Amino acid sequence: MIQQILFALVAIVAFSWGGRQFMKIRRNIMLGKETSLADNSGARWKNVFLIAFGQKKMFKRWIPAIFHGFIYVAFLFTQIELVEIFIDGIFGVHRFFAPILGGIYTLLISSIELLSLGAFIGTLVFLARRNLLKIPRFHKPEMNGWPKLDGNLILYGELLLLLGIFCMNGADAVLQQVDPQHYTSTGATALSSWIGPAVFGGMEQGTLVGIERFGWWLHILVVFAFLNYLPHSKHLHIFLAFPNVYFAKLQPNGQMDNMPEIMKEVKSMMGLGPEGEEEMPMDEEIPEFGAKDVTDLEWRDVLAAYSCTECGRCTSVCPANITGKKLSPRKIMMDTRDRAEEIGKKLDTGSVEFIKEELRASEKTLTKANFDDGKTLFDSISKEELHACTTCNACVEACPILINPLDIILKLRRYEILTESAGPSDWVPMFTSIENGGAVWQVPDDRDAWAN
Amino acid sequence: MSSLNVPRMADLAAAGKKPEILFWVGCAGSFDARAQKVTRAFCKILNETGTDYAILGKEESCTGDPARRAGNEFVFQMTALQNIETLNLYEVKRIVTTCPHCFNVIKNEYPALGGKYEVVHHTQLLQELIDNGKLKIDGGAFAGKKITYHDSCYLGRANGVYEAPRSLLEQLDNELVEMKRCKSNGLCCGAGGAQMFKENEPGDKRINIERTEEALATGATIVASNCPFCLTMLSDGMKAKEKQEEVMVYDLAELIVNNKGWE
Repeated sequence: MIQQILFALVAIVAFSWGGRQFMKIRRNIMLGKETSLADNSGARWKNVFLIAFGQKKMFKRWIPAIFHGFIYVAFLFTQIELVEIFIDGIFGVHRFFAPILGGIYTLLISSIELLSLGAFIGTLVFLARRNLLKIPRFHKPEMNGWPKLDGNLILYGELLLLLGIFCMNGADAVLQQVDPQHYTSTGATALSSWIGPAVFGGMEQGTLVGIERFGWWLHILVVFAFLNYLPHSKHLHIFLAFPNVYFAKLQPNGQMDNMPEIMKEVKSMMGLGPEGEEEMPMDEEIPEFGAKDVTDLEWRDVLAAYSCTECGRCTSVCPANITGKKLSPRKIMMDTRDRAEEIGKKLDTGSVEFIKEELRASEKTLTKANFDDGKTLFDSISKEELHACTTCNACVEACPILINPLDIILKLRRYEILTESAGPSDWVPMFTSIENGGAVWQVPDDRDAWAN
Repeated sequence: MSSLNVPRMADLAAAGKKPEILFWVGCAGSFDARAQKVTRAFCKILNETGTDYAILGKEESCTGDPARRAGNEFVFQMTALQNIETLNLYEVKRIVTTCPHCFNVIKNEYPALGGKYEVVHHTQLLQELIDNGKLKIDGGAFAGKKITYHDSCYLGRANGVYEAPRSLLEQLDNELVEMKRCKSNGLCCGAGGAQMFKENEPGDKRINIERTEEALATGATIVASNCPFCLTMLSDGMKAKEKQEEVMVYDLAELIVNNKGWE
């Protein structure tokens, strides 16, 4: 009974606290502008099945794909055992599904055990890849400090989760023989039915009960801890990868989004607009184009930033990064998420000092619309990084969950050129030549001189 | 240089004729000395196969690709809308380009501005000419030679065209050796995204050198490309590596013209 009360209390705290943080993440994602989903939900679901559930793009690199596959499938399957742990925890029963499912239960637990073993090995391999083999993509400058620790903490947490399962099932297997009245038979499971007796056989019943309970509580407490840790971790991809893949762009990678407001303006300048179209009101502020901050991006871009698990495949194929330039597509995503977090935290303070100066007299409540802390994405993303991009789409192609760093880079470039009228001076003659001569170079010849 | 008969859209229109396909030459194809050779080679193929085509000539402008990718939407819209006016005036239905940047912009980005056409890259049209028997190629000059193929980003990853160019090479009966990074994993030449028009950011190496080294590692004596900017970047890379005498960088259209002896 005490255990039931304790379980209920821990669950309530974990869910309410975790839930609050997930709501904040939702709020932060919605800091972005509306995303147009010129829709084709069939193609979107296909992506979810193939790329999210099917992990299709992970298999561009076989070794991590296989080990990640173990951890991922184990994660999916263990959810079934988690449901049972919940039922047992709340109603004070033991292995609720065992008598109901019978042989299927044996099969289920066996699969979970085998997958857990695979996940355990996978996790050790991943720890080794990060810390012993020092795979280059895990050791780029943006990975220093918290991101590196975060990556390792997750893996240690996974080991604890699996250790919990092994203790729980192993001790239970012995208890089924010692005290069959209280411990429902699970049938001969794949691992615990023989490893359990091998490791825990011959122990006092009291000790066995202790180990079983330790395993059970360890597993569920780490699950609750994860739930509350995820909102602060790159590991959030275990949930957000799915919506991110669903909402990812469907158009060809090479296609940049049109800017209808500029098209309209240019059409009316060139006399191409429909007759009698309204002129842009002159008294209005000059509008800003492109993006300088998270609030100018689409919410789909911010969702992508929160979905990024910092694997660095994008950076490892980026031609600029490979040749020693500062640009790292992964850093673009990490900076976007950090900035969204920063804005979110400042909005939480409700402090009027973050209201745009000119609005402070008239508006008393801080909102995302009147927010201004004097900072932008450009405080963390330098122009040098943006200018180094060749728009080659290698990063987009590399991402296993369809994150598009190029989209953000191009929106920031548009801000620099269109709103700040800045940018590399080398580009100015190119712009002028196109505008005045219709060619990318200043050329004396006719365009068809080559044919004469 | 032998004289080349290249039909102009305006002349055909004056005679009340509409060609089946418009050849969009692009800035590089029009003005860059190296890319002009590709343009001429492609026109030779069009002429020899009796393809009903024309160019816009002086009425063509930059598609606006580098301006848009640099971030300058105003310049892009000005030149793009002008081009669409011209194309729509001639009621153009089908376009072929020798430049994957022009290909991508006209195919994917002009529709939102009111320009809807069927657009093919020249490697796709060449394959089509072979498929319907108008162009016949066989081993000849390149039989057995080691050739490597460089995927341009804007034909490859941007639009998913990997096979048409490779199938052309196959028919030239040479030995295709792939680079370590190829197809969807292909490495950029370093020119895209308006990089062609500015100095590099500080780093350890130029991207074209990285790619050139990879091409050299295949042991191929010919590097085939499908983009005038890749052509420049890789040729420059070969010069920097002092390999310009041993390893030639060609566009696929040039390889075909060479093969047919149409020089």
